[in-house]
Amino acid sequence: MRVTLVFGVLLVVLAASVVVGVLIGAVAIAPGEIFGALFGNGDATTIAIVRDLRLPRVIGAALVGGALAVAGTLLQGLLRNPLADPYVTGTSAGASLGAVATIALGVTTPFILPLGAFAGAIVAVSLTWRLAALGGRTTVLSVLLGGVVLTSFAGALLTFLIVASDRVVPRLRAVIGWLLGGVSVLDSAELIVAAVVIGAGALLAIGLAPRLDAFAFGEETAATLGVDVDRTATVVLVTTAVLTAAAVALGGVVGFVGLVVPHALRPFVGAPHRGLVPAAFLAGAATLVLADVGARSVLAPSELPVGVITGAVGGPFFLAVLIREQRRMRV
Amino acid sequence: MTSLIARSATAGYGQRVALRDADIELTGGELVAVIGPNGAGKSTLVRVLAGLLRPRSGAVTLDGVDLRALDRGRIARRIAVVPQVFDTLFPFSVREVVGLGRTARLGLLGRAGEADRVAVRRAMGELDLGALASRPIDALSGGERQRALLAMALAQEADVLLLDEPTAHLDPAHQQDTLALLRRLAAERQLVVMAVLHDLNLASALASRIVVVAEGRIRGDGPPSRVLNDELVRSVFGPRLVVLPGDPPFVLPRVGS
Repeated sequence: MRVTLVFGVLLVVLAASVVVGVLIGAVAIAPGEIFGALFGNGDATTIAIVRDLRLPRVIGAALVGGALAVAGTLLQGLLRNPLADPYVTGTSAGASLGAVATIALGVTTPFILPLGAFAGAIVAVSLTWRLAALGGRTTVLSVLLGGVVLTSFAGALLTFLIVASDRVVPRLRAVIGWLLGGVSVLDSAELIVAAVVIGAGALLAIGLAPRLDAFAFGEETAATLGVDVDRTATVVLVTTAVLTAAAVALGGVVGFVGLVVPHALRPFVGAPHRGLVPAAFLAGAATLVLADVGARSVLAPSELPVGVITGAVGGPFFLAVLIREQRRMRV
Repeated sequence: MTSLIARSATAGYGQRVALRDADIELTGGELVAVIGPNGAGKSTLVRVLAGLLRPRSGAVTLDGVDLRALDRGRIARRIAVVPQVFDTLFPFSVREVVGLGRTARLGLLGRAGEADRVAVRRAMGELDLGALASRPIDALSGGERQRALLAMALAQEADVLLLDEPTAHLDPAHQQDTLALLRRLAAERQLVVMAVLHDLNLASALASRIVVVAEGRIRGDGPPSRVLNDELVRSVFGPRLVVLPGDPPFVLPRVGS
């Protein structure tokens, strides 16, 4: 009953944020004209702004936010760690390294960039899993330390690639902007593929829900409850990498959405992943659409990368959660 | 009738051998207590019998089938384990924790069916958890949490119940209640029930059979009146204990030097 109410609220908030995202922009357009333009009525410039710029950007932001929030939920469940997400574990950094590597190497095959991002993400998230398991029990801090190491290592390689590759230099501004997290340039084919991949990842995550619940009480308990621990961990890690890679390929590195969203939702939908995963998708989508509106408005007419907004809001939140968890369990 | 049998099972971690040549035969209906000093290999015995730790040599069979031939889901439908350590950072309610016992029986899409709801309700009723159903598990007292865990294992509807120190956090009255419940379940449903216990007198009074583990070996196996004798108790637990013979026998600390 309460969960139904929460989903109703989330759907309304997501719809409202999409409307706000389309209404607000550098060029002031009356709401009536915007809705006309959506259906192809009005002057050509307005139609172009609404259909080719604002709408894809809003949809892109929603996909990125939903993917990151689901990936964060998966990582938190698998690692039994309320402080995990693609960003702090270094998975996003791995994905961006993989993506930039494809640019630096000059590979131009279609969709090579997301594949590079996936390769980087799967390496990073597997390392996180190995590091977290060192010493037997997964602790909250070992995951974070592993993430710090991975992020700075990937960052070093990334800087090297940017400086060393003359292929990156001409695109430096675009690459840097993309690295900081921005969802501005999106063509519709890219969006459709991303939507299919992210949708499949999210559905798989919902299917993993009962096994993730069992993981919350440790691998051994999960095993006695009938979960094949190794296979489940592999599927969760691959799903996380797919979602993170898709999000990074679309919008660059966007921090903290995956961490904040599941954490903030648990008091309302409870811990079981059957409700948490879909709720995280909706809330993550709405959060990033609104953050992107902020990114476009704060310094208008200049635009900030959306990662600046999520970092500015998510960083302090992360600290607050860290302090609380430390008190609670003396990590 | 269900039988869980270990034949000369040797198991350990890395270089260390924690259990050596263990032979044990468990059948439905009895409440078996495992006793022994800290680090004797009691938990390892539980893990080997649950299929969580593969023996390096020897084998464990459930109704004649080697556990190695069964996947985790099949094992979970037959063997339930109540773990020693059970904590989470996430706010699962008592009902949700008990529901985890159904993990291996959920449908393809992971949905709980009518049978799952009935099993959860029944397990919660048996452990008197009705009033606590919606409480978060980490807000419970040690005893309440232990009951929730036991209910989770019962909801699994397995034929074998292995418990690693199920009474560790309980006061004497609740210890007694828990063991009486295990004894009744073993008798009524012909379950195989084996529990690691630290309280020798509780084991003596309520178990129908006692297995003594020391230094990785099974040193005694039989009814309390036969196993709990002066010689075995002192050689395993040290010379400062005295056994008062009887049925059941009692073990007391020796007073004075």
